[in-house]
Amino acid sequence: MDFSNLMLNYEEAVAMILFGIGFSNLLLQKNLIKKIIGLNIMDTAMYLFLALKGYINGRKAPIVVNGVQSVEAYINPIPSGLVLTGIVVSVSVTALMLSLTIRLYYRYHTLDLDEISTRLKKEGL
Amino acid sequence: MAFVQNFPFMSIILSLFSGPLSTVMDRKKAKIINTAVLLILTAMSAAVLVYVMGTGESYVYTMGHFPAPWGNEIRVGVLEAAMALFFCVIMLLCMLGGVLERELELEESKENLYYVMVNLLLCSLLALIYTNDLFTAYVFVEINTISACGLIMIKQNGRTIEAATRYMIMSLLGSGLLLLGICFLYDLTGHLLMSNIQQQVRILQETGAYHVPLLVSLGLMSIGLAIKSALFPFHTWLPDAYGYSTVSSAAILSSLVSKGYIFLLVKIFFRVIGFDIVKNSKVVNVLFVFGIAGMIMGSVSAIRENNIRRMIAYSSVAQIGYIYMGFGLGTTDSVVASIYHIVSHAATKSLLFVAASGITDASGDSTSFFDLTGAGYRNKLAGAAFTVGSLSMVGIPMFSGFISKLLFAQSALESVNKMLPTLIALAISTILNAVYFLKTVIRIYAPDRKLASEKHFRTITMADQPQKAAALILFIILNLALGLSSQPVIRLIRSGLSMFS
Repeated sequence: MDFSNLMLNYEEAVAMILFGIGFSNLLLQKNLIKKIIGLNIMDTAMYLFLALKGYINGRKAPIVVNGVQSVEAYINPIPSGLVLTGIVVSVSVTALMLSLTIRLYYRYHTLDLDEISTRLKKEGL
Repeated sequence: MAFVQNFPFMSIILSLFSGPLSTVMDRKKAKIINTAVLLILTAMSAAVLVYVMGTGESYVYTMGHFPAPWGNEIRVGVLEAAMALFFCVIMLLCMLGGVLERELELEESKENLYYVMVNLLLCSLLALIYTNDLFTAYVFVEINTISACGLIMIKQNGRTIEAATRYMIMSLLGSGLLLLGICFLYDLTGHLLMSNIQQQVRILQETGAYHVPLLVSLGLMSIGLAIKSALFPFHTWLPDAYGYSTVSSAAILSSLVSKGYIFLLVKIFFRVIGFDIVKNSKVVNVLFVFGIAGMIMGSVSAIRENNIRRMIAYSSVAQIGYIYMGFGLGTTDSVVASIYHIVSHAATKSLLFVAASGITDASGDSTSFFDLTGAGYRNKLAGAAFTVGSLSMVGIPMFSGFISKLLFAQSALESVNKMLPTLIALAISTILNAVYFLKTVIRIYAPDRKLASEKHFRTITMADQPQKAAALILFIILNLALGLSSQPVIRLIRSGLSMFS
């Protein structure tokens, strides 16, 4: 195996490691707040990956200043747009998850989803 | 450009904007607006279908007249238009069938929020069906998830909130993987429009470059959407979500929400990656194995269930397994069978949920099997409808479920390695389906007058619940129509799929 490309693109590797951390936290943590933190790490890792894909070394953000309009001067703006869209999505799902967590906490005074499930089974609702 | 060509875009926008309008109305007006919008959307989708079938080819609608690689696009072919029409009809019937429950179970101030969720859900489903842009698809997948979560938890008790949380967690895992797959694909091809990605993927395939990343991207998107549509090992949220939410939510969730994701997966297979690449990859084998496991395990869990709503929910797990098994077989015929099963399952499962609510109404709102004895006599129409749904699920000729099983079996014969497992799994699953569905049918037609008079169960006639009766009759007609005249539907799916590539 040749790992030289991995070292060359270490930023992407970092993004993927962060994605893995976030994904496993969202899947495996019992505490709901930790799950939500995992969700945010996962989404942020995606934005890091996307932003890296749009960045071209030595170029600037695509905002026209001083009349420079050459394509060569700017980075690719589409991934940045995708990141913005993604942030909106992740903010709304985070808000929804937090509100669900508050509801569950008021009812059961715990953040442990498994304990809530066992209590629900006992209630036999 | 014909005026009809604007309809797909208009229907998405109409259903998006009627949502906020419902929030400021009182419940009566919100209900009227919702029904009117659903009717208009149905009419629009029908007009689009007639138009596309008339011209015989698909068309691309550029949003804001920005040309291809930059602008956002809507693409309409026969299959898209037919799916949109079908989803609108099922949505209308589900809403009609659950009117009474919504009035009883939801808080008065929450009911117009329900219509917001329904409108948003339909908007996202239509966008998923029509869009030609992969990132737009991702955004609407998330909107779909959020509004489905609202539909689950709008009837507030501990169970539904817990189910909604579990649903959100699973869905977010799935959409994380989907987004990762889309980003990889964007990275490899530099495009987000499906047709442009496909051109680039063809070039990559010819040069043999980036073979592994392409495969990883396909795998991530497939698994992400499989998680979101509750393929077998990821189905833990499903029984609670379907079993305790209000009846129209359960019907909509089981028949539409998961199907929207599956339809997106079909589009990814055919329009983004190209089906010849997909069927030669190992991804289909993974889907095949999980699909077969789901067919068996879903039915086994359903047999052990004593609650009629949860039993129907577990049966959904089995039926989703059928659909993924069809993808796993990896031939065009098997995908046609899968799409037919999407249609037939959506029609049958919503019928079963609405019929089950009619049966439980006649059993003192109890969902446990013991109280259901003889319910078929107390609510004759719901009993008959439940029987029709059960026979269709088991796969008796005349009903739609039979046709999809026949199509699966026929398409299995084409592939040498997967023929035997498919046929065995189909046989076992049919027997298991028969065990739990016919068990229920026998129970609701078992004469037990003592129980009914002891517990003072009321008898329900069609006049007591006119909306539900109308919905059930229309569902039965739809089911029989799909079962008796399946050839036009299959031809339509075939021509739609050939328009895809």
